[in-house]
Amino acid sequence: MKYIIAIIQPHKLDEVMTALEKAEIPLVTVSNVLGRGRQKGVTEVYRGTKEVGSLLKKVKLEIAVNEEFVAPALEAITGSASTGEVGDGKIFILDLQEVIRISTGERGGIAIG
Amino acid sequence: MNTGDTAWVLMSTVLVFAMTIPGLAFFYGGLVRRKNVLSILMQCFIIMCVISLQWVLFGYSLSFGPDTGQGIIGSLKWAGLNNVGGQPNGDYAATIPHSVFMIFQCMFAVITPALMIGAFAERMKFSAFLVFTILWATFVYDPLAHWVWGTGGWMRNLGGLDFAGGIVVHASSGVSALVLCVLLGKRLGYQKTPFRPHNLPFTVLGGALLWFGWFGFNAGSALAANDLAANAFITTHIATAAAGLTWALIEWQQHGKPTILGTVTGAVAGLVAITPACGFVNPMNAIFIGIIVAFICYLAVAVIKAKLGYDDALDAFGVHGVGGIWGTIAVGLFAEKAVNAAGANGLFFGGAQLWPQLIMAVVAPLFAGVMTFIIYKLVDAVMCVRVKEKDETIGLDLTQQSEAAYTVIE
Repeated sequence: MKYIIAIIQPHKLDEVMTALEKAEIPLVTVSNVLGRGRQKGVTEVYRGTKEVGSLLKKVKLEIAVNEEFVAPALEAITGSASTGEVGDGKIFILDLQEVIRISTGERGGIAIG
Repeated sequence: MNTGDTAWVLMSTVLVFAMTIPGLAFFYGGLVRRKNVLSILMQCFIIMCVISLQWVLFGYSLSFGPDTGQGIIGSLKWAGLNNVGGQPNGDYAATIPHSVFMIFQCMFAVITPALMIGAFAERMKFSAFLVFTILWATFVYDPLAHWVWGTGGWMRNLGGLDFAGGIVVHASSGVSALVLCVLLGKRLGYQKTPFRPHNLPFTVLGGALLWFGWFGFNAGSALAANDLAANAFITTHIATAAAGLTWALIEWQQHGKPTILGTVTGAVAGLVAITPACGFVNPMNAIFIGIIVAFICYLAVAVIKAKLGYDDALDAFGVHGVGGIWGTIAVGLFAEKAVNAAGANGLFFGGAQLWPQLIMAVVAPLFAGVMTFIIYKLVDAVMCVRVKEKDETIGLDLTQQSEAAYTVIE
């Protein structure tokens, strides 16, 4: 089992969700996050005073999948979230030790989907 | 007695009420960080409560009561609204009940100290703020209102003109705000970490409500529903439109983009500048007053403040102090008797009105500044005006009010 964390451009969220659904991975947790990478921050101006290097708005997806869904998930995300520019985001993959479905108490791969 | 005039001034009273809450409260509230928004709303709200009481108990009498002889302060003969009833007072407004004039003026007394909140935002202890506000209203606002508007007041006798409060309201609070923010010191992290307005839509909403309420502030100051009120109404609107547009254009040229915060700020500066002049100048000259105030206030807020490094957090001085002084001087330039026979001719109309205006524009801010210094030192000695460092970091909402504006989890 793997835990996939993807940081993407906010305006790409709908496309990524559609692509994941097509790959039969409908389960995802989404949150608004702030961050800074190679794209750096943007400059904001308030009453003539510049505030440099603000963090940029991104969206974070968290997806738990069984091994056979790792490759399709990555394909779906990279295929739909990419614009080819800096700032498109990153994907992190972690080993997932255990999954427990709270309602039934089921554990492991069966509890994931 | 005239029912139309009475209705208009009562209506205007409500409009000026709305300028403090919710207008100014949300204008300032949106500009602070999210941990301090309630402290701003609370300060604006409690000022409405406290100063309204101060006003009927003795503030009105000190401001507008019979002069004590030197033109400095009113007597206490009208304290507790003694002799302030349904009969008109010919000295102030011959066609409306005296009590209506009193309650209209009450709203001015309320908003004036509230304007200073912008300078000491995010770092003043609530208890000290309360004591300071009551003392300031009593020893700065009330005497100034008497000098300029009270029967027998020395600035009024000098011929100084202030239609709706450019000196009494804006210059006085603005300059006091500057003194306060210097004495109080900068907010922790000022000019080191970013300070972003936490909710600009609030600020735009509040700014728009200020514009809305200002029609009562200025046109209501005619104290009658007549052609003078109409002129004040129109000049107020036009100067504000000109100032808002001008500020946006300045930003566009300076930073490549016009901002909504800049446009609203420009509009408020326009409202401030036209306040003393609205009943004395014609609408075309109101355009000039608006354009010029945008340049002056932009300079004060974006250039001078940064250079000198004082932390006028929400630009109470930069907008109200500077704009109010400019508007007072502008009366001496653009006033004409053709607009208001009870007024005077300014420099551009062959009159000598500039002199009394200059005297007002220098003496009143000086008085307000010195008195603010004394009151601050007094209050600070007794109860320490600034919040503790730890409380400032946590935020005033939690440490001064024990509340939070926004929950993170349901």
